[in-house]
Amino acid sequence: MSCQQAETLIDAYFDGELGVTESLEIESHLDRCAHCSALLERNRVLRRSLQQPGIYYEAPPALKRAIRAQPRVSIPWRVLAIAASLAAVVLLGAWMVRIFQRPSRLEALSREVVAGHIRSLQANHLFDVASTDQHTVKPWFSGKLDFAPVVKDLGAAGFPLVGGRLDYLADRPVAALLYKRRQHVISLFEWPAQSTDSQTVIRGYNVLHWSAGGLTFWAVSDVNADDLKEFVRELRK
Amino acid sequence: MARSRFEEVFLPHLSAAYNFARWLTRNEYDAQDVVQESYLRALDSFKTFEHGRDARAWLLTIVRNTCYTWMRRNRAPQQADLAAEPAATTPDPEAALLELADAETVRRALAELPVEYREVMVLREMEGLSYKEIAPALGIPLGTVMSRLSRARKELYRRLQKERGEKSA
Repeated sequence: MSCQQAETLIDAYFDGELGVTESLEIESHLDRCAHCSALLERNRVLRRSLQQPGIYYEAPPALKRAIRAQPRVSIPWRVLAIAASLAAVVLLGAWMVRIFQRPSRLEALSREVVAGHIRSLQANHLFDVASTDQHTVKPWFSGKLDFAPVVKDLGAAGFPLVGGRLDYLADRPVAALLYKRRQHVISLFEWPAQSTDSQTVIRGYNVLHWSAGGLTFWAVSDVNADDLKEFVRELRK
Repeated sequence: MARSRFEEVFLPHLSAAYNFARWLTRNEYDAQDVVQESYLRALDSFKTFEHGRDARAWLLTIVRNTCYTWMRRNRAPQQADLAAEPAATTPDPEAALLELADAETVRRALAELPVEYREVMVLREMEGLSYKEIAPALGIPLGTVMSRLSRARKELYRRLQKERGEKSA
């Protein structure tokens, strides 16, 4: 093997990439040739230089953590951005639907008041204190409520007071007063709150609602709307 | 779980990936970005990874591709045109560098080597990949791996010798 041949193969030999025959040939050449032996030695020194400490860069620990924390699949950020905006639109839509579908606080309260009225009729629990005398009914509430309810006898106007009881509405104890109009029962709920006036019909019951003197009033009955309005008029006189 | 299997196969080669990216980009932060992106790419094509293949060589191929994409995207081309390089003259082996150059000198000389030489040196001398593994990683024929390595060694040797000459002068 000539030096020229040996030189072209010396790196492959050094890297252990030659077959047995070629390796033996080059080895016999190296035994005789100082030039080619020096080339081989040069490669050895280079390799040792490159394998000494301070050349190889170890991965920083933070990199490993970052890779472990990577999302399961890479998704181009544009796709992510589009997906995010779509999700935002859907969320906003769902939120608006909820807003519009959610019964207003007032409506919810009206239903609660009607339910209270119906419950008392069903359970035949119209009053805790049966009296047509406002001077008996009103003191009965003291000590049971943190406010003084308005109690008026409207017997002269055709709405006799029949009694009172405690009820629980709007997350608080309230005063419930019972009036009669012929064979009909009118429930009047009172508690301290401010709100706007309203008038609704829920499940066939007329509901009138107003505020006065720091109290909120709810009148519920199956009497006709005109009678209930008259009741409220008399009460507010 | 495919993810845990992926991590099992490829996380042990994280330093190999980082070292390679670090030498190609010559910047630690760029290298970290490249490696993260490489792992994402590797995870994406994990299905095509044939088990039994050398995971490190497979990963390093991805790291290299990512590096080149990344360098094209992020900085002006800096690749030396090998064809325009003057053929490395064989230094006189009689004046062989028979002592180790210190790490700092080697780092500088290797960093200044054209990227084609640098990558083949890292894969061969630091990772110990065989020609058969290097060829597909660099997308070159087996014979070219041999000749490029040979030239890379000569060139690195020349530079180290030059440094030494400058130092002793």
